[in-house]
Amino acid sequence: MALPVAVVEAAPIDWEVPEEQIGLWQDAWIRFRRNRLAVLGAAVVLFLIAVAVLSPLLVHFGLLASPLTQHVESIETPPGVNGHPFGTDILGRDTLARLMVGSQVSLTVGLLVQGIIFPIGLAIGLTAGYFGGRIDNLLMRFTDIWYAFPDLLFVLVVVSVWQLKGPWYLQLIPIFGAIALVNWVGLARLVRGQVLSIKEKEYIEAARSSGTPPLKLILKHLLPNSIGPIIVTLTFGIPNAIFLEAVLSFLGVGIQPPQPTWGQMVADGAEAIYANPSGVVFPALAIGFTLLAFSFIGDGLRDALDPRMRR
Amino acid sequence: MAVVAGRPKRGALLPKRVAAVTDSRLGSLGVYVVRRILWMIPIVFFVIVITFVLMHSAAGSPWDKAGGRQLSQVVVDNLNKKYGLDRPVFEQFLLYIWNVLHFDFGLSYQYQGKSVLELIAGGWPYTATIGVLAFLLIVPIGVGLGVLAALRQNTRVDYATMGFATFAASFPNFVIGALMIVFFSVLTYGWTGGNFFLPAGGWGMDDHLIMPAITLALLPIAYTARLTRASTLETLRQDYIRTAWAKGLPERLVVVRHVLKNSLIPVVTTLGPTFAFLVTGSVIVETVFSIPGIGRAFVVAVTSRDYPMILGTTVLFSIVIAIANLVVDILYVFIDPRVRLT
Repeated sequence: MALPVAVVEAAPIDWEVPEEQIGLWQDAWIRFRRNRLAVLGAAVVLFLIAVAVLSPLLVHFGLLASPLTQHVESIETPPGVNGHPFGTDILGRDTLARLMVGSQVSLTVGLLVQGIIFPIGLAIGLTAGYFGGRIDNLLMRFTDIWYAFPDLLFVLVVVSVWQLKGPWYLQLIPIFGAIALVNWVGLARLVRGQVLSIKEKEYIEAARSSGTPPLKLILKHLLPNSIGPIIVTLTFGIPNAIFLEAVLSFLGVGIQPPQPTWGQMVADGAEAIYANPSGVVFPALAIGFTLLAFSFIGDGLRDALDPRMRR
Repeated sequence: MAVVAGRPKRGALLPKRVAAVTDSRLGSLGVYVVRRILWMIPIVFFVIVITFVLMHSAAGSPWDKAGGRQLSQVVVDNLNKKYGLDRPVFEQFLLYIWNVLHFDFGLSYQYQGKSVLELIAGGWPYTATIGVLAFLLIVPIGVGLGVLAALRQNTRVDYATMGFATFAASFPNFVIGALMIVFFSVLTYGWTGGNFFLPAGGWGMDDHLIMPAITLALLPIAYTARLTRASTLETLRQDYIRTAWAKGLPERLVVVRHVLKNSLIPVVTTLGPTFAFLVTGSVIVETVFSIPGIGRAFVVAVTSRDYPMILGTTVLFSIVIAIANLVVDILYVFIDPRVRLT
């Protein structure tokens, strides 16, 4: 008996093609924008950058009191008296002007230190993770030592020894160096861990077996696939660096007067805390909310750059 | 022992084998502990090397006065001789290591006739009191908040707890200390006409301990709460928890016996870093609240370039932190049987 043979037509497979291809970055940007706190944090940071850049201009055109001028007629005044919206400090200097100019130091430290850490941590982490062996061993032993040496102590010791005199951006150089020295280890370890886990993936094996040279493999496959966590770590490094600089200034070993910094302002304000508590409150809140804004951005980026959270 | 005739019970052999496994695990644990203790030696050695090299790379001499009249050369030479600074650096280093091995950390430059060890011993009770108090706050409050937030996930309790944790983790402790002084010392004094307020600094009464301990504990509380929440949520999703619910155990039993026992394992690992944080935090908190502890002494040493004091406190701090990490690592092996000893 002849069985009826069904003729199977080669029907075109209905691949689900999304209307528009969305790349990692575009997708991350969409998800970052959806996170209200992260957007708020980004807005605060942009505002601070504008303040830091514009405040010298405002002082120059007389729209803002100079942060160095002493108004002898109003010393330690509370906010809103004698045309000082945020009050004055123990030497009669305008608190608002000092706050605005002080943001320069905090932002410079926060952003530039990451620029130093990034190439160092990346290079060492990639080498240790990819080639392993002695470099890897050395890095891990080094980290062990580093973890027994708390970063604040190390930065304090370095800054007590290396000091540069001159304008504030010159004084910042040893502080940069010290903070970068304590922070690159964390990034290098992260990159190493990323590389180690990605190295075993099938697509790397495929690339390697088709004869891709190591440098191209690192740049084309390893780096793009581990860039998310690297960016997140760098973002969280910003508030950490700002915090370290503020502590140094607070303890009196950071940027020296007359350049105002927020940490220094908290310490100065504490001298006259009973006469004018607002002298402590304003810089303290400025530091706190700046750090909060950066950590909101960090949280937002962490969620946005994690492909597993993709909906 | 009497030999019981008959068929051996099912699984009678099992306890013996388990005991053997535990024995070998304990054996390798011994090796592990010894190796970890030995590994502390190079760590502390390198911390000394790094700090020593840094101290000696400083420009100028420790006798330079900031502005004003400098000491005469004869005085400087005599001072150098007294503190052994006239010898070659390498010889000074060997001598320092030799002295440290005999618990001699040298003389302070800043306080005439006081040894570094005396100064550290003098500050120890203050630092230890605040540190222990903070630690007693961190574990119950941090773990409590974390578990609460996890059990009430996505409710107002959860949002409030995590909001608090985010704030506490972002605000540096000197900022929190300063704001607390403004509120609880300055403003409260004014509002209550001096009837109720907390002292802004100093030592002597119980009042003096409240704000420093809270300031020091706040950040670790926030970290502990976040971590506890995350690990408890992870545990709540496990199959064995569903089984525990399914067999009708009351909530208290499920949470205490099944969830917490597993979800607190990762929290133990943070106790090491927490300890390190308490050490560095003491530097700041003791400055904010004018407490004469080791942290304050370290800051004074840094600002006055008292090199033997800086070296001594750094070495002491790194030893304390290394021991804390060691204890936590060993604890972890006991708590989590899955840990491989390497």
